[in-house]
Amino acid sequence: MNAPETVRASDTFADLVAAEDVLLFVNAAITATGQREFRSAAADQQLSLDFLHTYVRVNYRRVYAASLALDINHHNAALIVRRLLETAGEASPGERRTEGRLIAARLALLPPPRVYRLFGELRRAGVNNRRTRAIVREWLAARPDLGHDAVKYRAGLKRAARHIHLPCPEGSGPLSEVGEFLFRPGRLPRYEHGMLDAWRRAHYEQGALAELPFTVAEGFAAKHGMKREVFLKRAAPRMTRLERLRTQEMRAAVRRPNAPSAEVDLTVMPLTRLALYVLSLGFEQRAERRAELSGALRAAARRATGAHAGSWGRVHAVLDDSFSSSGSGQKRRRPLAVALACHHLLEALAAPGAYRGLWTSGAGDALLVRPWGPTPLGMRVLDALEPGPDGAAPDRLVIVSDGWDNAPAGLAGEVLRVWRRRLDPERRTAVVHVNPVYDAEGFDVRRLAAGVATAGIRDAEDLPALVEIARFAEGRTGPAELYAYLDRRVARFTGEGEREGVGVVA
Amino acid sequence: MNRLELTGLTARPSQVWGGVRLVPLVREAPVEGLRLHREVYEGLGAGIVELGPRTRYVSYVPHGLVADWSGEGGPGPETGRKSAAYGTQFGGGGAPRGIQLPPVPHHRQAKRRPGDRLRFLPLHLALEGYLSLHFGGPSTAWEEWSRTALRDGLSPRAEDAYLGRSVRGLGDALRIFEIHPGQCGVMVYVCDALAAAFVVPHPDDYRLLHASLVEDLYGELVHQHALYGAPVPENPVRIGGEEHIRDLGELRAAARVQERAWEEAHDTLFSRELLDTPYAFDKVYRMKSFTLWRFLPPFVRDGGGQHIGETITDHKGQVAYLKTFRLSDPQIRRGHLLRTLSGAGWELDRAAVALGSSREELVRRMRAAGFSALLKGSV
Repeated sequence: MNAPETVRASDTFADLVAAEDVLLFVNAAITATGQREFRSAAADQQLSLDFLHTYVRVNYRRVYAASLALDINHHNAALIVRRLLETAGEASPGERRTEGRLIAARLALLPPPRVYRLFGELRRAGVNNRRTRAIVREWLAARPDLGHDAVKYRAGLKRAARHIHLPCPEGSGPLSEVGEFLFRPGRLPRYEHGMLDAWRRAHYEQGALAELPFTVAEGFAAKHGMKREVFLKRAAPRMTRLERLRTQEMRAAVRRPNAPSAEVDLTVMPLTRLALYVLSLGFEQRAERRAELSGALRAAARRATGAHAGSWGRVHAVLDDSFSSSGSGQKRRRPLAVALACHHLLEALAAPGAYRGLWTSGAGDALLVRPWGPTPLGMRVLDALEPGPDGAAPDRLVIVSDGWDNAPAGLAGEVLRVWRRRLDPERRTAVVHVNPVYDAEGFDVRRLAAGVATAGIRDAEDLPALVEIARFAEGRTGPAELYAYLDRRVARFTGEGEREGVGVVA
Repeated sequence: MNRLELTGLTARPSQVWGGVRLVPLVREAPVEGLRLHREVYEGLGAGIVELGPRTRYVSYVPHGLVADWSGEGGPGPETGRKSAAYGTQFGGGGAPRGIQLPPVPHHRQAKRRPGDRLRFLPLHLALEGYLSLHFGGPSTAWEEWSRTALRDGLSPRAEDAYLGRSVRGLGDALRIFEIHPGQCGVMVYVCDALAAAFVVPHPDDYRLLHASLVEDLYGELVHQHALYGAPVPENPVRIGGEEHIRDLGELRAAARVQERAWEEAHDTLFSRELLDTPYAFDKVYRMKSFTLWRFLPPFVRDGGGQHIGETITDHKGQVAYLKTFRLSDPQIRRGHLLRTLSGAGWELDRAAVALGSSREELVRRMRAAGFSALLKGSV
């Protein structure tokens, strides 16, 4: 935790500490997923994150709940919801109302498997009060098709239904069939609901597989001994977007060379996922499909920038492709993918032709990057600070790195410190460091220097919002602005235009 | 030749993890005409080595190195197949992995292979050189020496070493180390004490052999430092005199100065004990313009580290390959005692004078160093 450089007289010390803790937690909640990282094991990450959650929940409960409104990752969102519901007794009625709204809004955004897992955790933790039951019931009621969930997330739905005593009356009605399917399987000779019936028929009929969700059909295909390639080709129309991306290579491998390409439309994929996909390909393939891949990356970046496109002026970026950006076995090449996605996103955000991206390895071709070599961040930052072709200094300098500057250690921080103090005291260039890796030992993302705003990042698409948060970490804005910002985000998130009644800070 | 010449190798900024500091050594250009390949042996490192007729030892032999001075370039498919005859080759794409090792002992520590190739067992050469120091025992049958000493010499002679995996933090430090472009070597420091130096002729060889450092042997001191020592500071750079910096060019120059400062600091401060020590070199094998040596330190007791090791040098005496092992203090003491005794013709009184102490003191020291069996009980 770094002390801000300038402290206003009006802010008390406790306020500043509180504001710092909030930023620390937000950074952690965006980056940490409890998975193995390049430098720390999964257990270290979970232990560190667990402490941070408890610390913030006990000391700043309102902020803890309000962080549900930010772009935090799914792992932390589920964790926060669980912790809030577990300790509902510590909140006042007013807080509980706000929390309830935030939880409902966040659950609606989470992917269903994660929500079902969360419900299972609540059941295991013995959290079963009227409020929790209502939250689960409302979420289930909002599901478009419980029959689909009953097939695809069978154990999860069953556990949730049992936990909240979901009434599944016998007789007719959509819920009764789901109840029969979950709790009294094999009783009904056939189901009215198409997918439930397809599941029943899939036990003996291969044709029914085409009607089932991909993950469920996979199991039946194995049972029927279907060939994987044949199965994938048939199941393609019913796959989700990410399933299609995941099985793309396997399907491409069996396609005959002159057959019509049944390829996924890459341009509709989210930017960071697309970058991960690109990096999973070999160099030859990337070079062969250069036009297609970089076109898709550009399109995804343009879509992600939305209204911000072209509004950032001259942008220079330092992107980390050192060996540590290879991530871990669980988060394979994640930091590098974030850097690659940021590269394209910043290109779209910058004014046309006013973007310059520098990789730490000195690579010139963004499409062919690979995680290799040391991290000479200091020298690259110097290169990036050089004025652009039009002779003007950049308006923004964005550094995408895990913060382990090691050739030599700490040079980047020193360069930025001296440069800020001696060469750019008027702050013409805004420097922001975004870090995709949670440092378990520091309870935060690793920083380069005290004066540089650092924000955690999970998906490159969130970059514009993150830069807004990172502003608060620079220490030039006070806690009051930070809390006002949180309030605005909460209000927008829970769908209330007005700001009263949602106050995050007392 | 009595010193190690590391010309052509430049130290780059160190990478620290816990108590382990790894300093990469980078070559401007790879050494011409010599490549090193690795062969991995089956059996989790348990191997038998045949030293001569009816002399064998059982030891930890995780891998061997094959020096190739045929100048055929990288480990192509043909050379890969050749060297995979007794083990696994990581370099060759088409080479089969994990060939069964026939249950025959390794014949000698350094063994010529078909073509211009030499297989040798890394660190075994060096350790054997240390263990066999005055192994024959007293050259003159003075009455103080026991009958065992006169008959069998120092046999059995044993020393302890630790596997790299059991050195706390070393495995992690090597795993997360970011290899520099052109890197041909590394210096391993544990608690800022030089634990090992490793140099190869070519960057590609280094990339394949980097992970093998964790299977190497390390001295007792290294193990203890890693176990009980505190994490070492990373020494982040500090740009001084910032008030004189007026533009970006001067800032860049100041940053360059920091980079150079580290190189000089490393050469003069860190690796000095390795480079400034006169060694006794012992030629093992001659391969055209390259020579494989093993070396022993002078066993002086000045508090600094003493390293044994093996090296391949070119005709100019520059190091193409180097692997060292840091001796612990008791090991240095034993080496020192043996050197002094043999220098004094194994005569206790003369040796005591050379050591500047009394005969009783020398006997006490010998017994404390584990050489009781050499002396008669009545001495």
